[in-house]
Amino acid sequence: MSLIDNINKAFDHRIRLGIMSILMVNDYADFNMLKEMLGATDGNLASHTKALEKETYIKVEKQFIGRKPNTRYSTTPLGKAAFKKHINALEKLIGK
Amino acid sequence: MEQNKYLEDISEIKNMMSRSSRFISLSGISGILAGIYALIGAYLAHSILVKNPLYMFSSKTDVTRYSMLNLNNLYFIAIGVIIAAAITGVLLTLKKSRESGEKMWDVTSKRLVFNFLIPLFTGGLFCLSLIQNEIYGLVAPATLLFYGLACVNASKYTLRDVRYLGFANIIIGLIATQFIGYGLYFWALGFGVFHILYGSIMYFKYDKKN
Repeated sequence: MSLIDNINKAFDHRIRLGIMSILMVNDYADFNMLKEMLGATDGNLASHTKALEKETYIKVEKQFIGRKPNTRYSTTPLGKAAFKKHINALEKLIGK
Repeated sequence: MEQNKYLEDISEIKNMMSRSSRFISLSGISGILAGIYALIGAYLAHSILVKNPLYMFSSKTDVTRYSMLNLNNLYFIAIGVIIAAAITGVLLTLKKSRESGEKMWDVTSKRLVFNFLIPLFTGGLFCLSLIQNEIYGLVAPATLLFYGLACVNASKYTLRDVRYLGFANIIIGLIATQFIGYGLYFWALGFGVFHILYGSIMYFKYDKKN
């Protein structure tokens, strides 16, 4: 198996990389925090979170804070493991 | 080349991880200035105390014998130092965060302020109760202790260096409990000298590089 095989296609985009990075070091993040940090538009961010959710790399919780709907994202154990593997692969590829 | 893209990816990951978990735009200069204000305040307070040997931080002192005017002057100095330091800190941090493209009032700075204020607010109330119970001797050590704890607590949400400022203040706060009556000198050391030291280190470590 070559090193390239460990590069995860699901993370092959700046926004997805950003979402995963933020969720790795924070217990959770809500939609607005991700938007602020990544400088993404609503639609753009939503499509990337959906893609990651489909892979079950992130978990989505919808709830209400007062009357405002609030969407919270967090990583799943699977997502954490996959992202760690991805980082390791990147580091090895650079190190070569 | 592919390799460059991987390198970019890694630096993006690192950048996002640190920016989303820590507020890193704290200004070093504002630390230095806060220390200078504290030293000026300590000097003014000292000159008042020398003129009227109040020794308000000695537990044996009967504060009621001294005029309220002098006591009020000391409070004014203390409040003036705090306000000047806070305004300078906010302005310089605002400037730095603009330069680095980080938002000043975002999730990370809110978290930082909140966690800094928990021990600080507790300490403030505790000191008020010390004054209320006329245990003046422990006010200075208590402010240093709680401020140190606030720094240690806040350091989880900003540059780690704040942790050492916290430890230093906790240590001299504890030492100050054994030298009741010298509170002002410990204040000058903790809030003055330590801030200047910490601010200079931060300045040379982070600000000057950019």
